[in-house]
Amino acid sequence: MSDNGSKAGPEPSERTAIGITFGNSNSSIAYLVDDKAEVIANEDGDRQIPTILSYVDGDEYYGQQAKNFLVRNPKNTVAYFRDFLGKEFKSIDPTHNHASAHPQESGETVSFTLKDKEGEEAEPSTLPVSEIATRYLRRLVGSASEYLGKKVTSAVITVPTNFNEKQKAALVAAAAAADLEVLQVISDPVAAVLAYDARPEAKIEDKIVVVADLGGTRSDVAVVASRGGMYTILATVHDYEFAGVALDKVLMDHFAKEFMKKNSGASDPRENAKSLAKLRLEAEATKRALSLGTNASFSVESLADGIDFASTINRLRYETIARTVFEGINRLVDSALKKAGLDVLDVDEVVLSGGTSHTPRIAANFGYIFPQNTRILAPSTEVTAINPSELGARGAALQASLIQDYEAEDINQSTHAAVTTVPHVTNAIGVISVNEAGEEVFVPVVPPETAVPARRTVHVSAPNGGDVLVKVVEGNTHIKVTKPEPKVKENGDSKAAKVEDADDSDEDDSDFSDDDEEEEEKREKVWKIGSTLAEAAVKGVKKNGKVEVSITVNSDLSVLVTAREVGGKGGVRGTLSSA
Amino acid sequence: MEATVVPLPLPALPEGWEAENNFKAVGKITKEGATQRTIEPVGPYFLAHARRARHKRTFSEDDRIQAQERAKKVEDNDDSEISEPEDPMMLQRDAKDWKSQDHYKVLGLSKYRYKATEEQIKRAHRKKVLKHHPDKKAAAGRADDDNFFKCIQKATEVLLDPTKRRQFDSVDEEADVEPPTKKQLANGKFYKLWGAVFKSEARFSKKRGVVEDVENFYNFWYNFDSWRTFEYLDEDVPDDNENRDQKRHMERKNANARKKKKAEDNARLRKLLDDCSAGDERIKRFRQEASAAKNKKRLEREAAEKQAAEDARLKKEAEAKAAKEAEEKAKSDRDAAKKAKEAAKNAVKKNKRVLRGSVKDANYFASGDASAATIDAVLGDVELVQAKIDPDEIAALAAKLNGLTVADEIKSVWKGEVERLVAAGKLKEGEAKSLAA
Ligand SMILES: Nc1ncnc2c1ncn2[C@@H]1O[C@H](COP(=O)(O)OP(=O)(O)O)[C@@H](O)[C@H]1O
Repeated sequence: MSDNGSKAGPEPSERTAIGITFGNSNSSIAYLVDDKAEVIANEDGDRQIPTILSYVDGDEYYGQQAKNFLVRNPKNTVAYFRDFLGKEFKSIDPTHNHASAHPQESGETVSFTLKDKEGEEAEPSTLPVSEIATRYLRRLVGSASEYLGKKVTSAVITVPTNFNEKQKAALVAAAAAADLEVLQVISDPVAAVLAYDARPEAKIEDKIVVVADLGGTRSDVAVVASRGGMYTILATVHDYEFAGVALDKVLMDHFAKEFMKKNSGASDPRENAKSLAKLRLEAEATKRALSLGTNASFSVESLADGIDFASTINRLRYETIARTVFEGINRLVDSALKKAGLDVLDVDEVVLSGGTSHTPRIAANFGYIFPQNTRILAPSTEVTAINPSELGARGAALQASLIQDYEAEDINQSTHAAVTTVPHVTNAIGVISVNEAGEEVFVPVVPPETAVPARRTVHVSAPNGGDVLVKVVEGNTHIKVTKPEPKVKENGDSKAAKVEDADDSDEDDSDFSDDDEEEEEKREKVWKIGSTLAEAAVKGVKKNGKVEVSITVNSDLSVLVTAREVGGKGGVRGTLSSA
Repeated sequence: MEATVVPLPLPALPEGWEAENNFKAVGKITKEGATQRTIEPVGPYFLAHARRARHKRTFSEDDRIQAQERAKKVEDNDDSEISEPEDPMMLQRDAKDWKSQDHYKVLGLSKYRYKATEEQIKRAHRKKVLKHHPDKKAAAGRADDDNFFKCIQKATEVLLDPTKRRQFDSVDEEADVEPPTKKQLANGKFYKLWGAVFKSEARFSKKRGVVEDVENFYNFWYNFDSWRTFEYLDEDVPDDNENRDQKRHMERKNANARKKKKAEDNARLRKLLDDCSAGDERIKRFRQEASAAKNKKRLEREAAEKQAAEDARLKKEAEAKAAKEAEEKAKSDRDAAKKAKEAAKNAVKKNKRVLRGSVKDANYFASGDASAATIDAVLGDVELVQAKIDPDEIAALAAKLNGLTVADEIKSVWKGEVERLVAAGKLKEGEAKSLAA
């Protein structure tokens, strides 16, 4: 790419491209085999490879092996560094580095001091985070090359949506230093959506997707408008409290207390760094086991004061003690929707992504938050769901295979804001149909938040034939709330259920409690007919015929409407100029 | 994308719809009808879009910059709203005194308080952490300086836990708005001043939204359903097991204190309302209207009662009159009947006299002087006939006999009558033969 300096990337024909998620906790690599994305296991057999490096006697370890050194060699082990790329020291959160090498300020960037050379008297090195990233990526790519039997040259890498340009540039540079060409940096949630949409059985349709990317140190929620296979992010929420480590902590506290209760006089394992590290590793293992089984064991040799500790916990207990975290995650989804100005009823799919998304309780909770016909794509709710830990890497691999044949400059041009920034229609555009009650109803053809240019076609029935009216109008939704009839009736004559419009403008400050609303309301999304755009007549339609209406919104917001009988000749065609 | 099928039919073309080429342009999509957003440059459909877009036109560098600026920002990294100067006194705070700390101020959210959203709190927390994390202090050569960091953690712990936050918000005096003084109210602005008070009180409402119209306003507030609690002001309960009694004592004491504070708070709110409503012009007007309405009701009721009494009186009178009339009629009927009866009786007497007179006039049907026996027999038979017939027949017979003087004519009338009676079975053959001979 333009600013990685020294040498040009490989020729498109020379490339071997993979997909990478470079996570703050774990990374994954994926490759396309027969048009199907596969996540590759490294030499330890791991598909989720901890984003950790460790140095022992000059030897470099990465992934799970490095993670295990957090107990015995924390000072020379570096973890949770991804989020520091491209950042200044004053704007980083060092919380999670407490149990490993600490980040330091060094000039414009962040660095770590590690003993990475052999020998007692060897001086420790101060390594900038970019160098750490380079070393880690080199190992990751090395594992991929070994698996594929050919040198991996290029990759698409996923990052959170709030990675800024500077962070992305730092990532690209770190990769380049590891001899890896970054074809494109794409966002985590979109990679996840693409992984689902690329399945052969998937149909391209207009839908609203919520992606909950729940990782180790952070949870990110994105609301994505998926329109004809193109994705627009409408809102995001980032959170650093309610994520995997918070769940680990719940279990650490639980077992530490139990340990002290069982061994009176024993010290608190959380007070000693080594005990704490052991506690943390085992708590995470127990947590993962609880995603699969309803019972899990916890066992650590010499947890503290030389005392071994073994215990078990069942899922129900775990879900009870971790409730605050789960509820926090629920609220993230809520606030993301609020930011997008959407309601749960607008959401067609919820994609659970990231390691923490394996947790059955979280998916179950989403099942309660969203209406019944919203698909919750998580392993515990949908048998065909893709492993949430693999979504990002798969999406990246798919994207890599799509673009690997393009020149780097071509890719740059195509992904530039000049191409990606386009108008999105605010209201839906649709036609008027007549329902069973003889009332006019709005039938959306181009849904709201569709990027233009866009074309949509519908076939509308005309059972009586003859001359029919194609009325093209704008429309939008509102949420109709039907309150149930109150129990006590006055003077016996039961009135029809009271109907109220949900107040969208309710920017009320005092929205502390809605859990007091004990009555169950019925909420439904209804379309409202807006202003008329055009009318067209299709004449002489056969009985039981169908009329094809096609609406094209051009990039200048002019609209082309065509209407004709399906199978018939001619038809009507008209244009609305842009304002 | 494939065409979707819509089962609901299109409307029929209205009568008289007419347009050139069968198409009428009516409206258009305005600039306001669209938002500039960024499509994610990912996936096969985007590639198609990019190809189309790029082949159509090339963009000048200027266009590129503009496009970047036009895109509506989804990521909002602007933390300016949560920057407020840090009070140096606050930075010296001891985290142990967290109960008395102003959690919002610690996070730089003094302006927002109960209005701060969860996202704001998190962002504020993060911002403070980035600045005050002890590892950073350590990096700056100030080891073990984690006091204020602990204050930050405590503040966040309280504010991100909905229950704890409510407990704190319940006693967050900084968010209170004092009721206006008489002096302040003297300048008018009654609604504005009190409005601010109730807006702040409304934060304790279990219900969302507060009513606007006067009557419901006071109803709402007098029946205010508040979640305000006073746990936060509890005294510490000893944690060790040795002091069970003391612990229980403290708990009871705390429970009582909470109850008392809650009652005081309710009383406070009631007083607030009393004060406010006392000065509320609308309420005065409302009261007047209410009392006018009440008066109107009373008058209506009284009029109705009067009318009812009048109706009852008239009805009673009419009934009495009718009864009297009925009685009089009955009496006159009775009199008339009596008279008629007497008249009939007299008529019968008179007619009987005619009958008896007739036989006397016919000389008892004897030639020459009638013997006593003959007279007796004839009169006896007349008696017999009279007894067999009713007053009308007597009258009819008398009418036939009346005026007759010739004995034979008289006799033939009697004879006819006897024959009639024999034929009717009222007389036997041979009876009253003195008259029928
Ligand atoms: N099966 C599982 N059940 C529950 N949690 C899991 C499971 N697998 C991984 N995790 C948790 O997911 C987190 C890592 O998620 P990941 O998406 O890899 O993180 P990141 O995005 O931070 O790199 C860790 O906290 C890990 O413990």
